[in-house]
Amino acid sequence: MTEALVEKKASAQEVRVDGAIAYRPHVEVRHVNVGDSPVADAPAKMGVHGLDLYYKDFHALKNIELDFPQNQVTALIGPSGCGKSTLLKSLNRMNDLVEGCRIEGEITLDGKNAYRDVDINSLRRRVGMVFQQPNPFPMSVYDNIAFGPRTHGIKRREDLDQIVEQSLRDAAIWDELKDRLKKNALGLSGGQQQRLCIARALAVRPEVLLMDEATSALDPISTGKIEQLVGELKSKYTVIMVTHNMLQALRVSDKTAFFLLGEMVEAGSTDDIFTSPHDKRTEDYVSGRFG
Amino acid sequence: MANLSIKEGVAKAFFMVAAGVSILAVALICVFLFANGVPAIAQIGLPDFLFGTTWRPGNDVYGILPMIVGSVYVTAGAMIVGVPTGILCAIFLSRFASGRVARVLKPGVELLAGIPSVVYGFFGLVIIVPFIRATAPVGNGLSLLAAAIILGIMILPTIITVAQSSLDAVPRKYYEGALALGADHERATFRVLVPAAASGIVAAVVLGVGRAIGETMAVIMIAGNQPVIPESIFSGVRTMTANIVLEMGYAADLHRGALIATGVVLFVFILLITMLLNVIKRRGEVK
Repeated sequence: MTEALVEKKASAQEVRVDGAIAYRPHVEVRHVNVGDSPVADAPAKMGVHGLDLYYKDFHALKNIELDFPQNQVTALIGPSGCGKSTLLKSLNRMNDLVEGCRIEGEITLDGKNAYRDVDINSLRRRVGMVFQQPNPFPMSVYDNIAFGPRTHGIKRREDLDQIVEQSLRDAAIWDELKDRLKKNALGLSGGQQQRLCIARALAVRPEVLLMDEATSALDPISTGKIEQLVGELKSKYTVIMVTHNMLQALRVSDKTAFFLLGEMVEAGSTDDIFTSPHDKRTEDYVSGRFG
Repeated sequence: MANLSIKEGVAKAFFMVAAGVSILAVALICVFLFANGVPAIAQIGLPDFLFGTTWRPGNDVYGILPMIVGSVYVTAGAMIVGVPTGILCAIFLSRFASGRVARVLKPGVELLAGIPSVVYGFFGLVIIVPFIRATAPVGNGLSLLAAAIILGIMILPTIITVAQSSLDAVPRKYYEGALALGADHERATFRVLVPAAASGIVAAVVLGVGRAIGETMAVIMIAGNQPVIPESIFSGVRTMTANIVLEMGYAADLHRGALIATGVVLFVFILLITMLLNVIKRRGEVK
């Protein structure tokens, strides 16, 4: 079963898989395997150390230990309810909104404790997020993008114009939207809305971009565009994505972590996880035997 | 099968009658108002009736401009008092109040809606009017200002309830999206949630206007009721509703017709407000 996936992966280097444009990273150094940290060639941008997370009495994440290497794409995979989205939401403290949510252990951003040593609003500016459902605000395309920069004190029209254009260009949607900046964002298609949300997240110049199943509500063409985009974004940003689509993890990520029932079963370079997983459960999952 | 369709037919007829009653009521009111009011307007002359500044039934002079202006002033004053208070209260209840505070405040607001208008009038007469009499440079306290304050309070429940439900209906994902960009709770609330609920909030204000312009009893008790255009907020004022109630008891002939015609003008006002509300609602849906 794993062989089949690897084969698909090999062919994915140039061609489309499932109608999506496959992207393969050009950096091959990461294949160097050093002990238990297979992706040793990039410093950790964010880290999770001994993390336990509870929803009231429910132990949702158990002793998670994971690094997110700088300028790489890390994919979190696992069956529904395994805690991967929960982990993602702890990274920018969106879990604070959930009543009864409690965290033990440490989450770091550039080596600093993200909960204690970083102001919550500046943490969320530095660690941007794209949600599962596209959630543009019911206002114009321009105002959507400008909301973040305005929040952080940028008022001058020329500055905002420049940021709006650059963000839309970075999200590869400028050409589609440049004549519709004053139109209501809710009139866009789902795929355009999601790329608008990516542009909106990029407009505050984040360092890390979290994507919570950001393509699961989209059609294959839009998914392909966003996957390609993620590949381009990692030169500037550290990307952490939750996905249910294993081929997607295989196509876009450098590092993969597999979660099961609140535990992190295994993490390593995406190649290793998909071709030679250490744990039987990982192998069963990535080869499609369960989940 | 036949049994079932008879049952359905009966049920359908029953509900249609029930629905028909309210339509019929509106239609009858409409017919009554126009049948009695229009001849009077014709006899007085439409310009003289609408733009005449003198109301002197004893001399058969019926100009209702002071009352139209009075209704507009009182309603505008009530808006100035009630709209900011009501909208901010709705925002507070929807997004800031903790569970315990909301549990106390919400029934309080509902209670405000249940108080009879004569009690509001009495409150105004005993508390507000003496206060204005004591502090204002002119007048005896029975004034436009007193009416505006009391009406402003009376429309609070309407504005708060409608605005709050539209704020509560704003999808959570907007709030989360704003927070994920580093906005704090206040900014997310006022720059994303409130604009997203704008059409509902405007609808709340328009409903408040409708409530204020139609209110009668409380206004009569505290507004002074002089049928002249008020010179200041401390002057007495007579609204269209007050005009009808005060004189209907003894009016006859053309005087009676003129009062009903006042009702026609009021009806047209309410009609315009309702149409405005529908336009706003439709805009909100399109968005």
